[in-house]
Amino acid sequence: MSDSNELYQQVILDHNRKPRNFRVLDHPDREQLGHNPLCGDELTIYLELDGQIISDISFQGSGCAISKASASMMTTAVKGKSLTEAEILFQEFHRMVKGELDPELDSHHLGRLTILAGVREFPARVKCASLCWHTLHAALEGGAEPLLVQE
Amino acid sequence: MAAASEHLPTNATQRGLTPEEIELVRGDFPILATEVRGKPLVYLDSAATAQRPQSVIDAVNRFYTTQNANVHRGVHHLSEVATREFDGARVKVQRFINAADSDEIVLTHGVTESINLVANCYGSKFISAGDEILLTMMEHHSNIVPWQMLAERTGAQIRVIPINSCGEVLLDEYEKMLSPKVKMVGVVHISNALGTINPVRAMIEMAHRQGIPVLVDGAQSAPHLKVDVQELDCDFYAFSGHKLCGPTGVGVLYGKSHWLEAMPPFLGGGDMILSVSFEKTIFNSLPYKFEAGTPHIAGVIGLGVAIDYLNQVGLDRIAAYEKELLDYATVQIGAIPGVRMVGTAANKAGVLSFLIDDVHPHDIGTILDQEGIAIRAGHHCAQPAMKFFGVPATARASFAFYNTRNEVDALARSINRVIEVFQV
Repeated sequence: MSDSNELYQQVILDHNRKPRNFRVLDHPDREQLGHNPLCGDELTIYLELDGQIISDISFQGSGCAISKASASMMTTAVKGKSLTEAEILFQEFHRMVKGELDPELDSHHLGRLTILAGVREFPARVKCASLCWHTLHAALEGGAEPLLVQE
Repeated sequence: MAAASEHLPTNATQRGLTPEEIELVRGDFPILATEVRGKPLVYLDSAATAQRPQSVIDAVNRFYTTQNANVHRGVHHLSEVATREFDGARVKVQRFINAADSDEIVLTHGVTESINLVANCYGSKFISAGDEILLTMMEHHSNIVPWQMLAERTGAQIRVIPINSCGEVLLDEYEKMLSPKVKMVGVVHISNALGTINPVRAMIEMAHRQGIPVLVDGAQSAPHLKVDVQELDCDFYAFSGHKLCGPTGVGVLYGKSHWLEAMPPFLGGGDMILSVSFEKTIFNSLPYKFEAGTPHIAGVIGLGVAIDYLNQVGLDRIAAYEKELLDYATVQIGAIPGVRMVGTAANKAGVLSFLIDDVHPHDIGTILDQEGIAIRAGHHCAQPAMKFFGVPATARASFAFYNTRNEVDALARSINRVIEVFQV
């Protein structure tokens, strides 16, 4: 197998083909648009909150396989988690794709999200994987403005 | 050591380059022998920036090693050497595009600055509220945004010359848009996003019948076609050194002298003046009026050497060979099921913009990168053209005379690999 599979693993390709929670929530408490103007990736995240718990989360949008798979995996990872736990995952994920957290060596709570660690080898693609997380972060901060991710 | 290009026959125009000649040429470009991610580099991104032959690298190195001084200032030996080399490069540029006079060659930082110069200096003098600027749907952002900024300041209007689904300008529509209100036509000679070679000679003639000047964005044409600005009769022609196998950060604005004379200066500062007092400044003559500050001297000298190199290989032969390569690639890549070409003009240069079903171009680019193949994935700074074709982005392979059929075959194999990974 070629080394491109380090990034395009079956799990990622599967989430790209069949994204989980890919729908609009009927009564979201939060709705946040994230946009990466450089590559045209665009997604909207919908959140239902039960106190401090993310009781439901979904997304819609279009983008590359990495951005779509990352968003899909993020929704499965944070559903049912507290806002604090989601924030910790955001911070850890961000550090992992930037190469600042090594999932093999450092302690973390990322679970299956570590499948996306390969993106750190592709600096131009880091923003694809992190667009959904920045959008979630903005939604949790309660920002109403559309988010432009330009890092 | 003499460059391999010097051993090529110079009498045979109109024919391409043989595989043996291509191997000699490739030997002049050190980067083509390098590896990327453990694979031999297949560089198919020359429309973004071309690679440099050793002679250009050596010229820049030689300047900083043995010739470095400022130009047009000192009376010392080094300054004279630097000035001679620098002015000599301007003459090479003049001959390269067959300008009538070297005073019509303004040295800039690149096409972007060249077009901004015209939009500012021509625009401030000749364009006002209610006037129109015509631009084609396939312009690069660098030939859109400066005009939009001008329109914002002056109240002028930008009107878009439409194209068809192959990516060709609708000449009938264009002719109807020409009116006394139109004060400038801006047209890209070769589209970086679609590969279309626009009929600029005919478009210029139509505009001139109504006395309208035309600016040609030559970023993609100068490296790939023999350009003769007098034969085209364009009023302005802009190109960049780095797409021409020269250094980055250096470019050219050709302008007919009567326009350049009539236009006010662009940036103010040293070198663009004859005398300065706090009461009054007298501007320098052409082309120095438009060249404020210390120029990119090493870059300009390197550009001159890049022009020498292209002349040795021969622009006619480069164009013929690149056309052969494009035709070969169009057949090879176009035959792959699931691949859709964007930009299928009858008259095209070495650019293949394509899509693979619903695979995002950035995913295509990353998988190709793993095979050592460099392509561009994105909107190519031509978002209006992308929108016209209903896509946010494309994958783009672009060819230069140092590319080979083997590299096209490698591209085809890797596109099949993308299809395998994504199971489209």
